[in-house]
Amino acid sequence: MTVTTKRPPDSSGPAGPGGGDRLPTRPSGIRPRSKLRQRLSRLDGAVSPYAYISPFFILFAIVGLFPLLYTLWVSLHQWNLIGGQGDYVGLKNFTDVLGQPFFWKALRNTLSIFVLSSVPQVIFALLIAAALDSGLRAKAFWRMSVLLPYVIAPVAVVLIFNDLFGDKFGLINQVLGYVGIDPVQWHKDTLSSHVAIATMVNFRWTGYNALIFLAAMQTVPRDYYEAALIDGAGRVRTFFSITIPQLRATIIFVVITSTIGGLQIFDEPRMFDQYGQGGADRQWQTLTIYLYNIGWTQKNFGRAAAIAWLLFLIIIVFALVNFVVTQRIASRESR
Amino acid sequence: MTAPTLVPVRAPEPTPARRRLTRNAIRRSQASPVAYTFLIIVLLASVFPLWWSFVIGSKDATAINSGDVSLIPGGNFLVNARTVVDTLPFWKALANSIIVSTAVGVAVVLLSTMAGFAFAKLRFRGKGVLLVFVIATMAVPTQLGIVPLFIVMSKLGWIGSLGAVIVPSLVNAFGVFWMTQYLKEALPDELIEAARVDGASIFRIFWNIALPAARPGAAMLGLFTFIATWTNFFWPFIVLDPGNPTLPVALQQLQARYYVDYSLVLAGVVLAALPLIIVFAVAGRQLVSGIMQGAVKG
Repeated sequence: MTVTTKRPPDSSGPAGPGGGDRLPTRPSGIRPRSKLRQRLSRLDGAVSPYAYISPFFILFAIVGLFPLLYTLWVSLHQWNLIGGQGDYVGLKNFTDVLGQPFFWKALRNTLSIFVLSSVPQVIFALLIAAALDSGLRAKAFWRMSVLLPYVIAPVAVVLIFNDLFGDKFGLINQVLGYVGIDPVQWHKDTLSSHVAIATMVNFRWTGYNALIFLAAMQTVPRDYYEAALIDGAGRVRTFFSITIPQLRATIIFVVITSTIGGLQIFDEPRMFDQYGQGGADRQWQTLTIYLYNIGWTQKNFGRAAAIAWLLFLIIIVFALVNFVVTQRIASRESR
Repeated sequence: MTAPTLVPVRAPEPTPARRRLTRNAIRRSQASPVAYTFLIIVLLASVFPLWWSFVIGSKDATAINSGDVSLIPGGNFLVNARTVVDTLPFWKALANSIIVSTAVGVAVVLLSTMAGFAFAKLRFRGKGVLLVFVIATMAVPTQLGIVPLFIVMSKLGWIGSLGAVIVPSLVNAFGVFWMTQYLKEALPDELIEAARVDGASIFRIFWNIALPAARPGAAMLGLFTFIATWTNFFWPFIVLDPGNPTLPVALQQLQARYYVDYSLVLAGVVLAALPLIIVFAVAGRQLVSGIMQGAVKG
């Protein structure tokens, strides 16, 4: 690609003092006097960067930053979905939420589903990536095959898996029956419901993360493997002693992003049954479902805003914890 | 977890030739049967749920409730699909999903390319701070803003309209980060310096140099944004009316209405999943390379 410009080459000289009173950008094709052009050009360089970033930041201020701060404001007031703003109540919404057993139950459920989805997911994604990185024929085909679930909307994934996890006639229980295992009460038992929901998350994201790991694996210098091979290390040994430590940054990244996403989980538990409340005993109600119910079913926006802030703080805490833990684990491998 | 990801990864050192050599020496260019077996199982696990929803969606209610398991589709798919289309605002939902995802995809690409260009290639005061700010906002959950967003949307009278879904999605910090990283590499500094010296305006540089260079990265960003918007449920579910839904919101209604008859629900799932499956068939390779490029850049 080449630069086309109508300017004569002699027009570039020492630039005059900056500033000016004209618009920073001008339509090309107009040819004012040389001095003026230089000034305009300087002004252009100084001002137009802001013109390029401002659309994003203006929009961000309106639909990103403002709601964030406004949430804090709402959370400090009595606020009804229909009635609107009420009295200032200080931190009462927060203490109310923290005093609700359902909040703690929702927190436990969210964490349990998160652990059940992220840990197996990272392990499987690493294994799939290792398999994809092992000199396959028809590479593109295998890579695409693991990514297919990613394009299925979570809502569609839940509907499919709800049928598979049916308590009475579901395929999974039927298959378990062939092996002599009693039907699992996926929609009654707490842990089983968490496993079912985590399976849906894993279905959609494992292949995606495997491709991230695959890309990282391909950047590991092959000399390392060569040296290990000479030292007589086997495939399994090199995987744990070279691949995993080399992938440390990537693993941390995947864990952090899945923390941010996983703790907000809504679609799958919301649609796990047709009532959307998170089960008869709220056994799979997550924090976001709780937030939705308080805000839009009970119409208590003040409390919902408080839950939103608590959720945010929880996410930050867990992202940090996961960062430290993953770093520890990955560093220990490298020794 | 809705967008492609950029991960810090150490850059590879060896030259291509040497790399190929050692690679072959290690791998002997042969994957073990274990790897193939494992991947075949993964493949089956990826495809099976979709196949299953087609199997169930092509039967009638009595065949399903009879209890015998069969992996062969029945002949009832078109009848079920007709029922779904007749009882849901299906075409409206499809049109809405296309409108929303396209609008968001195009706008995010435009905003991100502009901001990414400035962050990657222009010098200005406050650049470092602003970029860190953009990156930090990627960690802020969408849930944090929904209460006030809903208040704002109802004040504007936008509840139930597509604008309420589109506008909040336009701000995509990830997109800005992605295009910044992309343009840093794709656009040589010398080219811009030369153009500046020749007196080209910033707009000219953006239009004639940056945009063509940004095209592959922008296409990738557009594709991922489109998919993420298409599959998004939470916010559209909150602000849209049942009569004017996007596809995921329509699917939710299908479950509420027919939870006893899974042949209809899963026929609807197949119908709703088809558009993105077609996108995947056409652009699957690009998606794969987008994820993998994102993983090593940055």
